[in-house]
Amino acid sequence: MKTLHLPILAVAALASAAQAAPPARVAPKVAVEGAWCRAAPKGAPAGGCYLTLTASAADQLVSVETPAAARAEIHTMSMDGGVMRMRKLSDGLALPAGQAVALKPGAEHLMVIGPKIDLVAGASVPLTLRFKFAPPVAINAPVKAVGGK
Amino acid sequence: MRILSKLVLAALICAAPLAACDRTAEHAKANASAKVGGPFQLVDQNGKAVTEKDLLGKPTAIFFGFTFCPEVCPTTLTEMTGWLKDLGPDADKLNVVFVSVDPERDTPEQLKLYLSNFDHRIRGLTGTTAQTDAAAKAYRVYHRKVAIEGGEYTVDHSSAVYLFDAKGNFVEPIGYGSPPERGLAQLKALLKG
Repeated sequence: MKTLHLPILAVAALASAAQAAPPARVAPKVAVEGAWCRAAPKGAPAGGCYLTLTASAADQLVSVETPAAARAEIHTMSMDGGVMRMRKLSDGLALPAGQAVALKPGAEHLMVIGPKIDLVAGASVPLTLRFKFAPPVAINAPVKAVGGK
Repeated sequence: MRILSKLVLAALICAAPLAACDRTAEHAKANASAKVGGPFQLVDQNGKAVTEKDLLGKPTAIFFGFTFCPEVCPTTLTEMTGWLKDLGPDADKLNVVFVSVDPERDTPEQLKLYLSNFDHRIRGLTGTTAQTDAAAKAYRVYHRKVAIEGGEYTVDHSSAVYLFDAKGNFVEPIGYGSPPERGLAQLKALLKG
């Protein structure tokens, strides 16, 4: 049986390679929009970055990397009765198929810990987002000042 | 009437059910003279000792937070800086105090560097963990250290700015996320007395 199937698979692989795109199968992809990082005060040990993710098929944001900080983590934040709570999302962030998931102030965010650059307006933070299925996406998030005068 | 308004205030602050707030409300009911604010012994960003007595004689805006805080604390400090600018010379008639709930990381030196981004009249206070815990308790500020994977930690904490008159009596809070014009109006009203 094995000897019979292997050549067929090999032929199929050659055929699909020749066609460039595998038939009837779209590679998973995550679109990243509106990325920005909050300007952080000088001496701040951490900063927050925000963006909107839309996955073509159900996926998960599993990690974030940046050369601009010691490390980056996926966090969530909540306000309950005036109490601020922040938590690391160790399992990452679920991305339902076709649904825009916004990481925004007051909610999920990317926590840039131990920044190596000044997070001031005009700077930008290179971020590489890694997903469970989709290929990684590298972006440059501009730093913006908010809520200030 | 005064007790009633305090209870109403507690109910407003605690719009969402929360153990810490429930306790505050319970305490207010149990003890009619329940007070927000009390004795503390801390040091400022220049290493100078500060107690609650140093705040008497001027109205005070006090809030608790930590520098390892990406959003709430810098937003509050930025808003406060804007309010002090809008108040003009009257801002000098106000004590503005930021108390760390994370004294392990927020040394006076760290507070000095961090606060250098904001209005120079904002005083940063820190101390030993026992000292900042006591201050938070006196001001009925909820805070809890929570470990995060990888050896770091965060601190859950009450986010409001608490306003006191020149005699140290609690007046009202400025809630986090309320419109900035409202906070400014509250500070102006506090200064009028």
